[in-house]
Amino acid sequence: MLKLRRVAFWVLLIFILTLGLMGCGKSTTQPTASEGKEKLKVAFIYIGPVGDAGWTYAHEQGRKYLEQHVPDIETKIVEKVPEVDGEKVATQLVQEGYKVIFATSFGYMDGIINVAKKYPNIIFLHCSGYKTAPNVGTYFGRMYQARYLSGIVAGKMTKTNKIGYVAAFPIPEVVRGINAFTLGVRAVNPKATVNVVWTNTWLNPALEKDAAKSLLEQGCDIITQHQDSPGPMQAAEEKGAYGIGYNSDMSKYAPKAFLTAPVWNWGPYYVKVINEIKEGKWKSSQYWGPMSDGIVGLAPFSKAVPEDVRKLVEEKKQLILSGKWDVFTGPIKDQKGEIRVKDGERMTDQAMLSFDWFVEGVQGTIPAKK
Amino acid sequence: MSNSRFVNRFRLRVEKQIHTSPWISLLIPFTSIVLALLVGAVFLSLTGNNPWKVYGVMFKGAFGSVFGLSECVVNAIPLLMTGLAVALAFRMLLWNIGAEGQFYMGAFAASWVALSFPHAPMYLVMPGMLLAGFAGGAVWGLLPAVLRAFLGVNETLTTLMLNYVAILWVDSLVYGPWRDPQGYNFPLTAQFSSAATLPTLGNTRIHAGVFLALAAAVVIYIILKHTVWGYEIRVIGESQKAAKYAGINVVKNILLVMLLSGGLSGLAGYCEVAEITHRLQESISAGYGYTAIIVAWLGKLNPWAIMVVSFLFGGFLVGGYTMQSAGLPAATVSILQGAILFFVLAGEVLTRYRICVVERRNDR
Repeated sequence: MLKLRRVAFWVLLIFILTLGLMGCGKSTTQPTASEGKEKLKVAFIYIGPVGDAGWTYAHEQGRKYLEQHVPDIETKIVEKVPEVDGEKVATQLVQEGYKVIFATSFGYMDGIINVAKKYPNIIFLHCSGYKTAPNVGTYFGRMYQARYLSGIVAGKMTKTNKIGYVAAFPIPEVVRGINAFTLGVRAVNPKATVNVVWTNTWLNPALEKDAAKSLLEQGCDIITQHQDSPGPMQAAEEKGAYGIGYNSDMSKYAPKAFLTAPVWNWGPYYVKVINEIKEGKWKSSQYWGPMSDGIVGLAPFSKAVPEDVRKLVEEKKQLILSGKWDVFTGPIKDQKGEIRVKDGERMTDQAMLSFDWFVEGVQGTIPAKK
Repeated sequence: MSNSRFVNRFRLRVEKQIHTSPWISLLIPFTSIVLALLVGAVFLSLTGNNPWKVYGVMFKGAFGSVFGLSECVVNAIPLLMTGLAVALAFRMLLWNIGAEGQFYMGAFAASWVALSFPHAPMYLVMPGMLLAGFAGGAVWGLLPAVLRAFLGVNETLTTLMLNYVAILWVDSLVYGPWRDPQGYNFPLTAQFSSAATLPTLGNTRIHAGVFLALAAAVVIYIILKHTVWGYEIRVIGESQKAAKYAGINVVKNILLVMLLSGGLSGLAGYCEVAEITHRLQESISAGYGYTAIIVAWLGKLNPWAIMVVSFLFGGFLVGGYTMQSAGLPAATVSILQGAILFFVLAGEVLTRYRICVVERRNDR
């Protein structure tokens, strides 16, 4: 007993001494006080970790771009904030003196609206929601346009005519993506089907990978995803199949499998909106940016994508960029084969934002309304 | 003497402390927290942070402002209620790991009342939601209780499994039939009427649930300390055989305790939807039902101690976010929080048990 106590004493002593030394070594390198103009303090609330290689990573790239391109700003992030804690973190940031707060997940919506009511002088920008206030704007991109283009690649390159789609939640955003992708696939390959598996999670690399594996076992030879990690791409790589990623260029996680990915490019938008705020020109709005604004696009093709496919995608891309045609232009049939969008008719934003049905060619179900 | 021979000659023995002096039981938690902070400080230094600054930010974020303090209370409300719920069951050695699911079922039942009667006046809809919340959690607690009481099915497994069922049940409603018609098909129910929600305290998010939680602590304390029922619960917890021998109805007590335990968690779920989210949605709990287990153990299953611990734990969670805005990545914050918890729990074990080095006897 005695010996043990003595050992414990020495361990503790050494420990404290080391600590003291380390404390000394760390000189107080406070950042020099901001010279001249007062900096605009901008904060970002993230749902995932910045290293997720997907959704949050893409926003983080946007933030870095913002820091490089706009002078006199100070940015800060709080990552891995669950939806229910959005209100808490946003209030905390306001109290720390942040003047502009970007909340980058749908689930923060109610919380942001509540905080915004209490602090009318702070500007909030909420990604992917639908509620606004005089000091709350929303922003999102028409990712379905890039999804459609990636669908063309998949439709051209599948051999089994079965494409697997690992999807997070049956909400309109995801359903819209699946539909756009499927329209792209079927435009070049009417025999192909898109098989959907729901994971009920945005970010769970192991589960996402397992979902992709189950699709590969059912005979799918291309995997795409509406998930935040490169897990499904890795599953495709291991099986020797092809993969179309999402959010960011995921080629380094699956060098052989990766074909392309619909990607977010938030940077230019962040720069634009912060400049507007600095010039006092900002007004609350609902921004749903098209591909022509550069907020969405396709990651560079891999070597596996042949020239004729690239050409075809480029043609369609130019058509979409011109604004003369958009993805959800009729005739569009639903899974039962009934016409839902008439020939030549374009779906309204309202209808696209509340998508709750699948187009023809999708194998999968959406939970029914009563 | 070589190391292996040393190991062969001696071994560690863990034995239960018979008497723990009150001095020791105060000193140990204190020492464990200090040690945890020291280890955390080394870790922070190694990752290139100034530990004292980080601790200062954490403390200030949680307890250094009205907002921080109010958020500690907001976090403490569900933790206190679910903590009390599991502590009550643990007192009887009933391992109710299902507070999370009972929380969800309480939230579900209360939401059902609020959504079914959107025009009902406050004096009808409030008590209705409260009762429904309690009943929802209670039924979810009773299911495993019945299996345990009559068939001897292990409640640790059933309560845990029923968590997933409850969470998925709520998911299936908010993704399906309960979707808000005005909500662009997002997985949210319609917002409750203003009669179904209570005002908050000033500019904070502290809501009337705080009184409910405090009342629950008092009630649980009175039940355990001053009633025959509480006495029975404690006797069963000490020894079920002795209790049976003394003529205590174990089956009845399992059912009653799980009913109350589930009901309390259900009430916590009611508070969350009625006061915080104002609608039913997915992931309404930030893991409160699981954190409750830690809270209950740190509070040594004592209602007053659980009250203090849930407040401190609330601060712990709030402080975590402030540390992030001081520039620490979320993963570092989690590691630090984990280290602190580990030390406190280890210290807790050391107050109950002691570890001694004993010489092996040759006859083994």
